Amino acid sequence: MSSIKNISRRSFVRSIGLASGGLILACNTSIFTDKEKAPENLIDFNPNLFVQLNSDGSLILVASRSEMGNGVRTSLPSIIADEMEADWSRVSIKQATGDKKYGDQNTDGSRSIRYLYTTMRQMGATAKAMLISAAAQKWEVPADECIAEKHFIIHSSGKKISFGDLVEIAKTLEIPTEVTLKDPEKFKYIGKHLKSIDVEKYVNGSAIFGLDKRLPNMKFAAIARCPVTFGTFKSYDKSEALKIAGVIDVIEIPRIERPFGALGGIAVVATNTWAAFKGRDALKIDWDYGSNKSYDSAEYMKQITANVHKPGKVSKDKGNVNKAFKNAKKIVESTFQLPHLSHAPMEVPNAVAWVQGETCEVWAPTQQPQASRKEVVEYLGVPEENVTVNVTFLGGGFGRKSKPDYVVEAVAVSRTMNGPVQVVWSREDDIKHGYYHTVSAQYMKASLDKNNKVTGWLHRFALPTITSTFSPGADYAAGWEIGSASNIPFTLENMKVEVGQAPALIRIGWLRSVINIPHGFSVNVFADELANAANEDPLEFRLKLIGEDRLEDTKNPIKYDTARLKNVLKKAAKNANWGANLPEGHGLGLAVQYSFFSYVASVVEVSVINNKLTVHNVYTVIDCGTVINKDTVKAQMEGSAIFGMSLAMYGKITAKDGAIEQGNYSDYQMTRMHQAPKVHVEIVDSIENPTGVGEPGVPVIAPAIVNAIYKATGKRYHNLPLSDYGIV
Amino acid sequence: MITLQINGEKHTIDADPTMPLLWAIRDIVGLTGTKYGCGEGVCGSCKVLLDNSPVQSCVIPVSAAKGKNITTVEGENKNLQLLQESWVELNVPQCGFCQPGQLIAATALLDKNEKPTDKDIDEAMIGNICRCGTYQRIKNAIHRTVELKNQN
Repeated sequence: MSSIKNISRRSFVRSIGLASGGLILACNTSIFTDKEKAPENLIDFNPNLFVQLNSDGSLILVASRSEMGNGVRTSLPSIIADEMEADWSRVSIKQATGDKKYGDQNTDGSRSIRYLYTTMRQMGATAKAMLISAAAQKWEVPADECIAEKHFIIHSSGKKISFGDLVEIAKTLEIPTEVTLKDPEKFKYIGKHLKSIDVEKYVNGSAIFGLDKRLPNMKFAAIARCPVTFGTFKSYDKSEALKIAGVIDVIEIPRIERPFGALGGIAVVATNTWAAFKGRDALKIDWDYGSNKSYDSAEYMKQITANVHKPGKVSKDKGNVNKAFKNAKKIVESTFQLPHLSHAPMEVPNAVAWVQGETCEVWAPTQQPQASRKEVVEYLGVPEENVTVNVTFLGGGFGRKSKPDYVVEAVAVSRTMNGPVQVVWSREDDIKHGYYHTVSAQYMKASLDKNNKVTGWLHRFALPTITSTFSPGADYAAGWEIGSASNIPFTLENMKVEVGQAPALIRIGWLRSVINIPHGFSVNVFADELANAANEDPLEFRLKLIGEDRLEDTKNPIKYDTARLKNVLKKAAKNANWGANLPEGHGLGLAVQYSFFSYVASVVEVSVINNKLTVHNVYTVIDCGTVINKDTVKAQMEGSAIFGMSLAMYGKITAKDGAIEQGNYSDYQMTRMHQAPKVHVEIVDSIENPTGVGEPGVPVIAPAIVNAIYKATGKRYHNLPLSDYGIV
Repeated sequence: MITLQINGEKHTIDADPTMPLLWAIRDIVGLTGTKYGCGEGVCGSCKVLLDNSPVQSCVIPVSAAKGKNITTVEGENKNLQLLQESWVELNVPQCGFCQPGQLIAATALLDKNEKPTDKDIDEAMIGNICRCGTYQRIKNAIHRTVELKNQN
């Protein structure tokens, strides 16, 4: 076959912004492996790992990130297609397996576009340049007399040739090391509205999620895990389980002490999911609950609250807060308490694995195919090339599916059963054995001078850190969990941030918008309280608090811009008709957050009538720099409003005797259609670098609701969820 | 042995009569468009039409479906197909996982109510959770379907 042209040499790697390298950009070999079915009887042109043009003109583009509603299988390939001047209707998508050759595949942190925008443009531009060269060679004309347009190369004389007809020549050409990117003015797909390339599959039931993967003779397995995190079984009786029709076997799964290792437990393997669930319920297990069985989240909240009512570890100390407090005209103090949250994606964690001797193939809804592969490699002790991780559609992820503990479970069961197995978590498993969003207590104190200027700002918080999942025993927030408190875009001369102790007694993980949930809540609600204490309009007060136009005063490569922050806030207020008279019992509240390098403001209209909260309207404005797909950004803001509302109204995971008390959508409730507000989205036009979209719409919603309730009722709520106050 | 009539086709299967219909459809018949979300009838992901009524197949025993017509998202129903077209037009799904259940619930609504109000839609769709939060588009797509039907 053709030779691999490895042009991942330093200059080019640097030019496409992949400092770490590791990405083989060019290979004149199929994007399909021998095992996979490549299109038959076609010659193919593969200028790089992401592009395969076939001689019939069909174009296959690789999506290296996971699709979980983020629209990434549409947005990333559309960037390639745009630069390539390809016809989008000729495009189909191949989902990448977990492999370092694609660079970072971790679909997390709202960074797929941020990291890959320029790379994808390069991929498309390279292909286009080669097709132009091929046409020039064929016609014996200079390349600069040719242009690409909608799947054709056109010569200045008017003659044209289709992309597909150039494949044979193009594949013989050297891959250019430098290409010119398009003028953004000429984008055809980028910045426009593209429908999801998978939308038909979603609506006709043919989209294959992890749960839908089937293999011949595949078995189904459910696992009994200890109710208390990291507990183990002492003994068990499987006799009743084995009597259930369809149950094949009951096997032990060891705990794997790695951050994404299996929790361990007893697996029931059956011919169908229901029998596996039923068999699992019939097991009689004597557990050793271990050291986390004392976890009582109500008691724990008292402890961490006490920890923020006394001095903690100082992580920022600017000016002199004590002096400011001493000279204050007015002091405002508040304590905020937020519970654990569970991701609860509609599709439960699950994976299909098939271990065959020294090799293993996995099909999983995973946000982290490379981490999944690594876990499997570690568990089986086989070379990396022996393990293939296929990424299915994800029925939601929200951070849960970036932790592939369920993948290792499937591999463990498959190895023992010597055949293909699908491990399925029940909804109860999902809610009771997750990687929970942190629980938090926060104390805030600020001083106002006689001009109502904020002169001092103290923020103390205690929350079990995500680091505890990777470094057991870690009991103070990590540096990156402090930034959203210590680096807020306010003008504050005297500021102190302190961190209180908070050991983790369950697995802590990241959930959509992560630390911005607690910090976005406390900072936005507290700023509203300060406006009230100052007897000023919250919008005007906030704009003053943000202060003059400036860039962030740090060494961070990307710096926040307060002008952009104020812009989204003003726009949201304008869209919401801020200041206009509202009906009795209604109120508007605002929140604004800089997160994942994007700027989002929401103004929310609520009413509280007969002590019942209704969220009527959400006006969200986002500035995420260059937009790839406007419809996706809009959809993410619409969805973020609902996600934020669910956590504001209902989100509460509690533990008693070490076990999670909730278990399904009946006691861990979600916003439903009849409660859903109208969500009005504005996207700021921008030519800045693209920044996060999937997460930054979430953290503004809960504080904006709470601030709106205050406006409507005069009641100030400091804790979530609001259902605890009897108003939902 | 139980014979199920799914989307116009007969499937004779060997299943425990107490097995929820959902698992018979998914794991035995092999139609995976119908989804598992909660297993206790509170999320709507598993909705199918049973003789034109929407049911949560995760809590209906397979024996209760005997002799009835089962329609899944893969099936044929005029309103279902029209709704699917509107879902595509408005690009409703995000992750897409709950949409089969949403579509079945909306189909049952339009089968009984030719011009539902917002309130009618809220009542018909209250049993269906979308964690991605596509409710606004779902509602708009139902209205759009009615609009297109009335145009024709």
